[in-house]
Amino acid sequence: MTDYWSMLFVFVLATFIGLGVIRRVSRLLYTPLMSLTNAISAIAVVGSIVVAGADYPLTIRILGGVALFASMTNIVSGFLITDRMLKMFKKQ
Amino acid sequence: MTHAVAQLAAVLATALFIFSLHWMNDPKTARRGVAAGVTGMLVAVVATWIQPEIIHHGWVALAIVAGFIVGVPLSLVPLTAVPQRTALSHAFGGLAAGLVGTAEYFLGLTEHPAELTAFRMSAIVAEVILGFLTFTGSLMAAGKLQEVKWIPQRPVTYPGQNVVNIGVLVIAAALGVAVVVNPTAPWSAQAFSGVVGLAVLFGVLFIIPIGGADMPTVISILNSYAGLSAVAMGFVLNNKLLVTAGALDGSSGLILSIIMCRAMNRSFTNVLFGAFGTVQQAKALGEQKAWKEETVEGADQLLEQARLVVVIPGYGMAVAQAQHKVRELYDQLIKRGVTVKFAIHPVAGRMPGHMNVLLAEANIPYTALVEMEEINPEMPQCDVALVIGANDVVNPAARYVKDSPIYGMPIIDADKARTVLAIKRSKKPQRAALGPVTSPADRP
Repeated sequence: MTDYWSMLFVFVLATFIGLGVIRRVSRLLYTPLMSLTNAISAIAVVGSIVVAGADYPLTIRILGGVALFASMTNIVSGFLITDRMLKMFKKQ
Repeated sequence: MTHAVAQLAAVLATALFIFSLHWMNDPKTARRGVAAGVTGMLVAVVATWIQPEIIHHGWVALAIVAGFIVGVPLSLVPLTAVPQRTALSHAFGGLAAGLVGTAEYFLGLTEHPAELTAFRMSAIVAEVILGFLTFTGSLMAAGKLQEVKWIPQRPVTYPGQNVVNIGVLVIAAALGVAVVVNPTAPWSAQAFSGVVGLAVLFGVLFIIPIGGADMPTVISILNSYAGLSAVAMGFVLNNKLLVTAGALDGSSGLILSIIMCRAMNRSFTNVLFGAFGTVQQAKALGEQKAWKEETVEGADQLLEQARLVVVIPGYGMAVAQAQHKVRELYDQLIKRGVTVKFAIHPVAGRMPGHMNVLLAEANIPYTALVEMEEINPEMPQCDVALVIGANDVVNPAARYVKDSPIYGMPIIDADKARTVLAIKRSKKPQRAALGPVTSPADRP
């Protein structure tokens, strides 16, 4: 039995942390911020790995495989493009 | 044992993700933030993959390799195309959530119906609705930004549009509730598919009435939805790491949406249901301010004699690929001892912060980029305001023309500068007439 109440707790607290941290992000970096949070929320990859790789019927594993591909694309392109943009911000 | 490893990895990854976002508060530390994010992701992926229930390793590896094959080229797009790439990645995030939700429902239905409790079913339905509407909505937004031919750029509106849109969402929600209450009835699988179909449809319907000017807001809202769909996935899979990371993404999208709305003096509901485009073609304003054409030499002189030049770039600059010319001008002026600042309006460009990235690419130091609120008090001391491909963000009509579509929008006070030079592709008034002097000047 899943403890949904503690999940709800985690969600509310994480939202407050998120609001606090994001509010202090440099305004110069909103575009890289968005691609970074994109990559981070692609942590959905851990759910996709289970659905794709566990002992489930083939159709389920295909859905999981496509989801895994989509999340992995976000992780790779998200982190790479964030770094590429951040490299361009120079002081002089 | 491996379970403890997974839990430990999740805690570590959560901490790294929070640090990652924290380091984005300064361009100096921001790249460290990316490293932290990558580390957190690696830890989480490895810890999940080594769990004993994962047995189809080849299949997992194949999907990961495919992700790399598509992901690497997507990270190399030109910076003007970054908004499209971002929208596309929201679409992928939504798709992943929607598919995992669908898989979990049918898995429960065929293998262990007892696991489909009301709470878990609610999470699955929320995940599927959010995931699939984000998927098609973001695809439409990406198509509009990329100017794909078969997606209309102009906002598409028809009578009763809001009623239809809300109706579709209400029917989807009602079907969803029916499935939550009866997850294993003979008709439940069909009803579930109906929810998926309506969410897919709603994503399309909800983007077609939205025009280009609203894209920064819409992208931020879709970012928030993509985050929330990851949260719902966390609830379904009983995974706190997913809930945390999704909540971070969701709150980031929320803050950016609020900032974008404020920068255009509009509310959420107004962006989503207002169909900005219909008012957009409003009549050109009656009063035409006097402007004169300036010669290149004249502009040279003005700029050389100035002490403070404020450049106000708009998306027109990026479309004309003029960033590098602007950089040359910047170098020349700095060499002559002129102070040059760039005034950045929050909605300049096609997504939040887009203009900063475009200027950074042209090697303009970020210390020269100044936000609207900081530059406005300085504008009366400014000798020359150089408006490049920007229009609305300097349009004084926003201050006093009540029936203007941009009335109330905060603007950069270019009109307070001693001289305003404007470089535009066309001189015809777009939303309204420009400031005192217009000149198609080029660099000295």
